Amino acid sequence: MSEIKASERVEVSVKLNGVEVSGRAEPRTLLADFLREACGATGVHVGCEHGVCGCCTVILNGVASRSCLALAVQADGAEIETVESLADADGTLNALQEAFRKHHALQCGFCTPGILMSLTDLLRRNAKPSREEVVNIVGGHLCRCTGYTNIIDTAMDAINSVG
Amino acid sequence: MKPRPFNYIRPSSVVEAADALAHYGENARILAGGQSLIAMLNLRLVDVEAIIDISQLKELSKIQLKGDVLEVGAAVTQNRLLAWSELESRVPLLAKMLPWVGHFQTRNRGTICGSLSHADPSSEIPLALALLGGSVVLRSKRGTRTLTADQFQTGVLSTARQPDELVVAANFPLNMGSGTAFRETARRHGDFAIVGIGAVKASANEIQLGIGGVSTRPFVSSLSFENASDIIAQIEKLVWQFDGYEDMHATPRMRRDLVRHMAPLVIEEALG
Repeated sequence: MSEIKASERVEVSVKLNGVEVSGRAEPRTLLADFLREACGATGVHVGCEHGVCGCCTVILNGVASRSCLALAVQADGAEIETVESLADADGTLNALQEAFRKHHALQCGFCTPGILMSLTDLLRRNAKPSREEVVNIVGGHLCRCTGYTNIIDTAMDAINSVG
Repeated sequence: MKPRPFNYIRPSSVVEAADALAHYGENARILAGGQSLIAMLNLRLVDVEAIIDISQLKELSKIQLKGDVLEVGAAVTQNRLLAWSELESRVPLLAKMLPWVGHFQTRNRGTICGSLSHADPSSEIPLALALLGGSVVLRSKRGTRTLTADQFQTGVLSTARQPDELVVAANFPLNMGSGTAFRETARRHGDFAIVGIGAVKASANEIQLGIGGVSTRPFVSSLSFENASDIIAQIEKLVWQFDGYEDMHATPRMRRDLVRHMAPLVIEEALG
């Protein structure tokens, strides 16, 4: 049995976008805040903080998950991918991001990192998802700007333009 | 918001988890998937001294066929059970209901037993367990006991679990009914259901109906009928038996209307 006292700050190490990083966290530190504040992954957006909006969605040990509904101490040793992993080091966007830009699938962009990570996870499991499957995945996110149509059209366009 | 400070305990066995619970009692909560608990911690609706994390316990992560039930361990996520190859043939009702539980992204962490323990009156998994007549296995330092779904869920977010007990598994009866169906109305797919209705065919003119979101806990009733118009009459009788559950999403009247519209369709589908 291991126990971390409420007032303790312990070292948490994760493999973030392929790089080993570590930082300190209290038991109550949410994974989303740990990624932003201790690891500098500010692409992880914190919206509702109770799992509804989806802005903080990251790929945690290979599956899309809400980082506001996980504790940093739970993620010790985990592999995490955030939106920072998508573009090349020189800023060249990947195909999905490029499609979002081309088709104007965002306005303010606050919800976009979470949606990109959910779609990235979907496309890994199924390279040719149906529109219904895409709608289902985007349904796990709130966007107050686009009305979703452009996001779904964009995802379908990105899917159909590959191979 | 952020949670208030708490001690984080990671037991390495169920025995250790029960020891920690015996020590902290009401001042601790069990963390499995956290998809309801961490939200409630963030909103400061739950304030405890200790969080006991059982999500990594191998002994609780099993999906097993045991006699005439499917036993689902407390660390099994909703998406893992949904992906289990035998689910559709063994417990077809669950295969139909699980895609409605939260969103794909929350089902990746959310657990079957966590949803049962949270006991939201509109949620799908407690409804499935109640409709199928399943049970919940509880463990404490004092021993193990099994409660039926009816004994376990006592009201809104309330269960018969004692402060020193943790849910270790849920048992879903196998091969129930020759036809099953489920429908749900929510503001958007994956949101809390306003009304969810499941049906299990018992015979050509008898059906078990389970309705979520109309009472403080799942409402289960057996309907026998002669013909289609009889079904409508039976449903009309049924809707006046609800507790009149109300929240920000819908009035009792709207819930009754939803049942009047949805129940005949669910029954028709289950009868095949």
